Amino acid sequence: MQGGNQGTFRDRIGVNRRNSVFLILAFLVFAIVLGYVIGYAWIGDPIGALFGLVLAFAVGTIGGLVSYFAGDKMVLAASRAAEITHRDAPQLFNVVEEMSIAGGLPMPKVYIIQDTAPNAFATGRDPEHASVAVTSGLLEKLDRDELQGVMAHEMAHVGNYDIRYAMLVGILVGTTVLISDFFLRGLWFGGGRSREGGGYVQIIMMVVAILLAILAPLFARLLQMSISRQREYLADATAVQLTRNPDGLADALQKISGDREVLEVANRATAHLYIVNPVKSFEKRAKGLFSTHPPIQERISLLRAMETGGTVESVG
Amino acid sequence: MGVAAIILIIVLVLVVVFAIFTYNGLVRRKNDTEEAYRQIDVQLKRRYDLIPNLLEGVKKYFRQEQEVLTQVTQARSRAMQPQGVGEQAQSEAQLSGAIGNLFAVAESYPELRSDRVLVDFQEELSSTESKISFARQHYNDSVGSYNTKIQSFPAVLFARAMGFTEKEYFEAQGPERESVTVSYD
Repeated sequence: MQGGNQGTFRDRIGVNRRNSVFLILAFLVFAIVLGYVIGYAWIGDPIGALFGLVLAFAVGTIGGLVSYFAGDKMVLAASRAAEITHRDAPQLFNVVEEMSIAGGLPMPKVYIIQDTAPNAFATGRDPEHASVAVTSGLLEKLDRDELQGVMAHEMAHVGNYDIRYAMLVGILVGTTVLISDFFLRGLWFGGGRSREGGGYVQIIMMVVAILLAILAPLFARLLQMSISRQREYLADATAVQLTRNPDGLADALQKISGDREVLEVANRATAHLYIVNPVKSFEKRAKGLFSTHPPIQERISLLRAMETGGTVESVG
Repeated sequence: MGVAAIILIIVLVLVVVFAIFTYNGLVRRKNDTEEAYRQIDVQLKRRYDLIPNLLEGVKKYFRQEQEVLTQVTQARSRAMQPQGVGEQAQSEAQLSGAIGNLFAVAESYPELRSDRVLVDFQEELSSTESKISFARQHYNDSVGSYNTKIQSFPAVLFARAMGFTEKEYFEAQGPERESVTVSYD
């Protein structure tokens, strides 16, 4: 993809829409299988399996709906973010507005997290219900161009519908973990009720259920990580399209990655939302499959290459 | 016979569905360009509204350089008059230049530089300048996307017949555009 002309968000969101639908379908199938196997293993007959299936489906649907409509508020509350107006931080507000204009997106809500570690994230279910949050440390440490680069990156996540996708992935991973955890804990406290004649099938189902319950959260998380890495590259490229200034974002990434402070309000559930991985101990294993973010030096050198006018292959 | 007819019907349905999607895509992109164009006007108007406040705030400091202020006022009223697209761009560029000039002069007054009101206005005005150019940039991006769609297969077959024609890019006029870059840290 050429640095300058990649079209608009309109040209890109199709892929994310398709991925979202595919993800939900794959998850439904998976939840049904997981529920069925666990139900069978637990109660010991097909009726139990059906019960497990329905329960898994219900937990998934209710959890999904609640998270879809309130997930952004939960994330913001967990990060102790406070909403601001133009008067509280004029420059930040202006920069966000500039980037929303550059992308032709509605103005998102703007939040500040009182924390000296510089970082930022975007959340929401669509551009009409989007929020961007930055730490007070980010405002202190970055100049206007760098801040603009970071906000362009966040607005790119908004415009690309990454925020919805990240939310869906978060919900699905969370639900899978919940179901698996529920089963494993239940197993620990007393095990399944066995009817006479449950026999071999129940034992096999039990083994499969234990395997699934252990592996499912791992696979779910693996999926979450690999997807969010690709999205970071694409958001960087889109950000440059908005600002036409790769330097700003590159400098910002350099500064943020050089900062050794730990963002206290971030945890493993929200880490994948941030522009730079806030969980620093992760950074050392950043090459691993479980990293939510691509190596920051690689992102910086890709941005520096755009600035010299070179053609950059988009990874996303 | 039956099989051929069914295949024919399926193909026809697919063609119709595809045509509908393409048509809707064109309509959305066309609306995007119009929305983007309106956004430019919104930002231009915002700048007109900000200027009187700015002038009010700095008037007391500018004793010798009254003509800098007059230039801004004049450029503003010229830009606000209804005129052709080319002239409009010209007078907007002049207004940007005049404002840049004002800030350049303001830099030489230490007491002005530390005036909170002025610092705030500088941020607002320079941000409005950015918003104008980002609005134009977005207009060009959406025009690019729309034009590409029209010129690509399959839309190229029927777009023109249905009244979708290429839109013009917004071109920055002359070198005055460059003079607006004023940095505040």
